[in-house]
Amino acid sequence: MRVPVSWLFQRLDGLFAVYKPPGVHWKLVRDTVEANVLKALNSVPPPAPQQQVKFIPSSTQGLDGSTELTLTATSVPALVDHPLVKGPQFHKVRVGVGHRLDALSSGILVLAVGQGNKWLTGLQSSHVTRDYTLEGEFGKATEDFSHTGRLIERSTYDHITRDNLERLLAVMQGANHKALLLYSNVDLCSQEAYELAVKGSLLPQEKSPPILTGLRCLHFQPPKFTLEVQCVNETQRFLRKLVHEVGLELRSTAHCTGVRRIRDGPFTLKDALTHKHWTLPAITEAIKQSRSAWKKQAAKDSSSLRTPQTQNKQEDHTSNGASAAVPD
Amino acid sequence: MASVRVWQRCSGLLLSRTVLSVPVPNQRLRLILRGSTPLLLSEQSRLRAFALSHAAGQNESGPSSPTANRLVPNRALTEPLPVLEDLDGAPPLSPFEELSEEEAVQIVATPPLPPVSTSLRDYVAQSETLSALVQLGVNLSKLDHRPNVGSMLLRLDLQQVQERLLFLRDLGLQDSDLGPLITRNPFILTETLENLRARVSYLQSRRFSVEAVGSMVRRAPYLLNFSVQRLDNRLGFLQKELGLSPHKTRDIVTRLPRLVCGSLEPVKENLRVYELELGFRPNEIQHIVTRIPKLLTANKRRLTETFDYIHNTMAVPHMLIVKFPQVLNTSLLRIKERHLFLQHLGKAQYDPTLPGYISLDQLAALPDPAFCAQLAAASLEDFELFQKML
Repeated sequence: MRVPVSWLFQRLDGLFAVYKPPGVHWKLVRDTVEANVLKALNSVPPPAPQQQVKFIPSSTQGLDGSTELTLTATSVPALVDHPLVKGPQFHKVRVGVGHRLDALSSGILVLAVGQGNKWLTGLQSSHVTRDYTLEGEFGKATEDFSHTGRLIERSTYDHITRDNLERLLAVMQGANHKALLLYSNVDLCSQEAYELAVKGSLLPQEKSPPILTGLRCLHFQPPKFTLEVQCVNETQRFLRKLVHEVGLELRSTAHCTGVRRIRDGPFTLKDALTHKHWTLPAITEAIKQSRSAWKKQAAKDSSSLRTPQTQNKQEDHTSNGASAAVPD
Repeated sequence: MASVRVWQRCSGLLLSRTVLSVPVPNQRLRLILRGSTPLLLSEQSRLRAFALSHAAGQNESGPSSPTANRLVPNRALTEPLPVLEDLDGAPPLSPFEELSEEEAVQIVATPPLPPVSTSLRDYVAQSETLSALVQLGVNLSKLDHRPNVGSMLLRLDLQQVQERLLFLRDLGLQDSDLGPLITRNPFILTETLENLRARVSYLQSRRFSVEAVGSMVRRAPYLLNFSVQRLDNRLGFLQKELGLSPHKTRDIVTRLPRLVCGSLEPVKENLRVYELELGFRPNEIQHIVTRIPKLLTANKRRLTETFDYIHNTMAVPHMLIVKFPQVLNTSLLRIKERHLFLQHLGKAQYDPTLPGYISLDQLAALPDPAFCAQLAAASLEDFELFQKML
């Protein structure tokens, strides 16, 4: 059975996550996805062409020798609607990109198709947290804090211990927690603030500088180390600078060799599509799943109704990550 | 009113996009163009009656004024009115002519053609040439976007098109090839047949076989639009720059005919890149180019990046890259992912003298499932998980 194209379009409205490989610009990812979707949509056979009515005159000899003229009406498919004349059915699919990833970093990139672009703005304005893993290396400092930048300083790193590093990270997180309280726009002495803090969904309500809500060391083997970060309103450059500052605070230098986003709001690595799967069927499936997860979460929220602040899924979802990170 | 609006829209388009101008194909169309709406038969006869009465009125008023009588003596009775006279010089339909039923039935009132348009769609139904081209498989919607192509196609004569197509058929092209070929190079329809023949015979004199010329024209449609002089220059340039024997040059050009049609500057630059930046010796370059001619037109930056990764990160010597030049043609992401996966498994070993050798050819060319099964001995899911770890 032929699936009408309008159905395909309706199924496409929504959000999904792709895994952006390092070294590829996010715009290229978006354009590839758009091109693939368009190609698949245009390969669906077009609707039947309009019929054009033509009158074909024919003359017949009457019985008494007179000629009779008759016009026969026939309908032929109009050439104007021929696929080669009309061109592809679709020229554009609206594909939007969530919080960006720069070319050097890799990880989850949220894309929206069609009506999903509206939800994307909702996702952005809800100030969800994102998880990153940062690969760092002690001993060198570079100009743009990444491994590709110009080298500006070398130093020793033998004196650094894991204990040192963790103590520093705790201090940094404390400072960020204060900033979080400042930007979350709630009165600290209120019941509301208490409830939010208990739930861990204390988040900046409007524009704020980048704030780390969680920071820990995953792996330490000098000169290499790996940090796990939860944050809001960040840029990848900010995270690289964080690694650089960690190096400076430990009386050494460090640069970042990799930024990898492992969660963006509700989207985790599990449902991200690798570049082999940026095709229409896989994207439709991913969108379907994210929609059903969304609905399930909304139903859960409305049934519990404990916190009036929790309006949508992302805020609630972030609470898991944030509560683990924010110390009491 | 409607025509004014159409005109405004068209003039708006005129400013914004390329506009096709229509040569009016025959008299019938010209007649129709004068009326702004399609006329039904009854309307047409009513119009004629009106024209008749109008002419009679003029005739009656004629004798009363002596000047008019002197200037146009009895003209209105025998000849059509000057108002109705066709400015284009075509014999007009006389209002006094008796129309038989049969003729009246055969008058077809088609909607008027727009004098200017941004798309060939408006003319397809009424242009024989265009409809023939569509039947052939030419994608007119793609040609719409190209400057000057639309008006060129509309001016074409069907006979002229047929001759060119038969010529192409004689070169050994299939019917299914002709549509895509004209979509890519519609200008082959405006070349004179003598020129086309001269170019084909030039190529044959350079010892390209008939089949080779056919397949070259199919893959590089602009080949026959180059004059014999230019073709000769270009072939000479390639042979001189590559320093290859005529036989090998011919082989390369047959396999990648767009080398002759495209710009030659990138080819020259790429050869310098191979020699100076990547450090290949001249005979190595010749070997690479004869194996994969496409590397001559590859993007310089991509080429250097890929080579840098293969040579400096994967530590593959020049000698092996020359042996398997197709790795230079593979996307860097693909090589990177596979190399890192093999490294993760401890299998990244590209030295043919040691055990566990993995050839660059297989690394680059195998599709994902075969790569996982044969080289990595891992499952495809593992590879995908690894891709998400990068």
